Amino acid sequence: MADITADLDITNEAQLRYIASQAVDARVNIELETDGMTLNIGPQHPATHGTLRIVAKLDGEQVIRSEPIMGYMHRGYEKLSEVRTYPQVTTLINRIDWVGSFANEVPFILAAEDLMEVEAPPRAQWIRTALFELGRIANIMLFLGDMAVQLGGSTAVFYAFRDREFVLNQIEAATGGRFHPNFNRIGGVKDDLPAGWVGETKSAMQSVRDFCDEMEDLVLGNEIFQLRCRGVGVIPADIGMAYGLSGANIRASGVDWDLRRDAESPLAWSELDWKVWTHPDGDSFSRYWVRLQETREATYMVEQLLDGLPAGPIMAKVPRIIKVPAGESYVQTENPLGSMGYYVVSKGELTPFRVKIRTASFSNISITPWLLEGVLVPDIATILASLYFILGDVDR
Amino acid sequence: MGLVEAGKMPKSITKLLNISRKYSIWVYQWGLACCALEMGAAFGSPRYDVMRLGVIPFPASPRQADLVVISGTVTDKMVPAILRLYEQMPDPKYVISMGSCANCGGPYWDSYSVTKGVDQIIPVDVYVPGCPPRPEALLEGIVLLQEMIHNEDPAERWKGNDREPIVVGGGEIS
Amino acid sequence: MSTTETEVDEEAAVEPDVVREAVARAFADELGDAYIEHHIANGRDLWIRIDRSAWVAAATFAKTRLGMVWIDFVSAIDWLPSPFGRDMEAEQDWVVHGRDEAEAEVQQTGVAGGDTRFQMLLRLFSPDENMGVTIKADLPDDDLSIDSLMPVFPGTNWHEREVWEMFGIHINDHPDLRALYLPSGFEGNPLRKDYPLVARRVKPWPGIVDVEAMPEPDEPEDASGEAAAAGSDSAEASSDDESGQDKAAALAARLAALKEKRG
Repeated sequence: MADITADLDITNEAQLRYIASQAVDARVNIELETDGMTLNIGPQHPATHGTLRIVAKLDGEQVIRSEPIMGYMHRGYEKLSEVRTYPQVTTLINRIDWVGSFANEVPFILAAEDLMEVEAPPRAQWIRTALFELGRIANIMLFLGDMAVQLGGSTAVFYAFRDREFVLNQIEAATGGRFHPNFNRIGGVKDDLPAGWVGETKSAMQSVRDFCDEMEDLVLGNEIFQLRCRGVGVIPADIGMAYGLSGANIRASGVDWDLRRDAESPLAWSELDWKVWTHPDGDSFSRYWVRLQETREATYMVEQLLDGLPAGPIMAKVPRIIKVPAGESYVQTENPLGSMGYYVVSKGELTPFRVKIRTASFSNISITPWLLEGVLVPDIATILASLYFILGDVDR
Repeated sequence: MGLVEAGKMPKSITKLLNISRKYSIWVYQWGLACCALEMGAAFGSPRYDVMRLGVIPFPASPRQADLVVISGTVTDKMVPAILRLYEQMPDPKYVISMGSCANCGGPYWDSYSVTKGVDQIIPVDVYVPGCPPRPEALLEGIVLLQEMIHNEDPAERWKGNDREPIVVGGGEIS
Repeated sequence: MSTTETEVDEEAAVEPDVVREAVARAFADELGDAYIEHHIANGRDLWIRIDRSAWVAAATFAKTRLGMVWIDFVSAIDWLPSPFGRDMEAEQDWVVHGRDEAEAEVQQTGVAGGDTRFQMLLRLFSPDENMGVTIKADLPDDDLSIDSLMPVFPGTNWHEREVWEMFGIHINDHPDLRALYLPSGFEGNPLRKDYPLVARRVKPWPGIVDVEAMPEPDEPEDASGEAAAAGSDSAEASSDDESGQDKAAALAARLAALKEKRG
């Protein structure tokens, strides 16, 4: 012992003895009972997921118990909606799922239109559907790049950002905002599409398809990705349902459920020819795979929508100052992150009385404590990345 | 106290140091909400590339960063973390507040859980307004910050004298 | 399965919604006395109001026998009219749609009725049948508590914590009832109607302010809208900080009067 410490400048006897005992302990660690370490991940991530904090109690490399701690992005949407008029609420709710943000407005506007018994004209519905799908594409493209960078492969995210720009350009050309379009109005949409938009969007869809093919090759075909993701974070279908999972997360567990196809909606999905993608495995790989296929499917849907866009007005006749009649309405749509719903209670005033916002990511990560039990530490990042949540959606 | 901070450095050396500092800023991205995406587009996408300005967005920890861009809504729960982050950064450090939520609370000005602006917690050098500001606006903010660094007197900054924050696009802080 | 569902629902626009009525009847048969009433929006949705003693029983029945295996949300609603008045209506806007003092004070409840200030909401959904139900339960004011649904749906864990945090409704037998969103040391239950948004109390809403009137075709509603815009323009010019203080004083007086009324 004396030789090792000869170079050290420690004179304290007790400290030397402590160091020596630690060295001895390290050799016999397997037989000693370890106390378990609490690992704190967050609340700041280098990824764009946002401010989620996960506290995991570890035993060596395995997670015994974990818990996400949220609220770092809680802005009080439900309370704020009670003091804003319906168009003002539309402006605000864009920012819940801030990546595919057109999709946040749609269920709220549909609920208000249901209470007002107003139907937007067909052209407006088709434009809404097209922008909805563009928002979905923008959202999932970010995921496709982001999951790779969470696992350490930083190439994909640059391609994702580059190719997202094409989609964001189109959204901006039509609505004026790259995200946060605030384009929906009760009774229709704000403006008609600009000239030449249809053609440009089609070429943007082709770029997105090239991007999807590239990701399929680069990420899905990557051996390391497959080794790290196959069999990791398996969610059985019935557990997923009991936790309220929705969207690609539950479709990757084999449940054939998509609100675009199944729920009756005034938007134009029932007029299109498209397919719902599912995967039987329920692991992280299948969640990435399902989302990639969905993005490609969405590009075909956008092209069909643009081909079949009906002519006509884009706004129904609604009074200038909107007072929604009393009643309650709940509308759920298949948003990019999952199933998002707005329960709107109105008392016939300018402002809603209560808006309960049911967000997809809140339920999606409620399964995390159950899912992360017994998982190794490096897999935590994989599983969280594959569940794909946006903190605004979780915290509202 | 070093020569620079005590004000005993000749002006030409200070200028040289300023020029070298402004072209080698390491940015710590504190991306909280929607503005984080525009910040990511500004930093990571090839179109609005920020690295051509000499600003590198990849420090591994706040202790290696010169600049922090606070983008997104600051909630009361998040405040201790931001304060800890700011205190970890070594001087001279700069703060850009990006987006209206970080500037003044933004669309959530009446919320019960939102801090009305990050300048209530840490001193801000550049305000970039917008909801979200375009990546070009953030780059403008960075360029204006670089100009400010170029003309800076490090001794004054060290003494903590009142700085005039810059607002991108004009405008004044009242 | 789903195509026949939609066909039935489309016809139900005029005729009664037989499928949803059957579901309501099934609940009534199962829950007996605890079942109070239901409301059907033809072809669209179903609401059921039950006694809170049957909360868990209703959820179990829906999950096991009606196939509603997907938990949508658990929430609550506070039916008290806001003691701070109707926020978005400033004096300038009374010109357009009048102000009904009495109407603002009465507590109303929504579809499927309700007697109390707080009501719990539970929504379950069946993806296979494409059918959902919203279950409501009244909570008496002196005993704001309800049983936990965690044994039936583990996903209600966080929803119930949020309800507790936002409304102050206690969840019985919840294994881990603590705050979800709010920082520690936060006082109050934000989603209750008597919890003020302080920023709005200090600086009240100035009214619908238009810088210039919107170019609209001639319609009676729009004419009154333009009148309101013109009215608000002139009112804007005259209102400044002093009127803001007056409004704050009037608000404080009204709050005091309300407090007195409630004893």
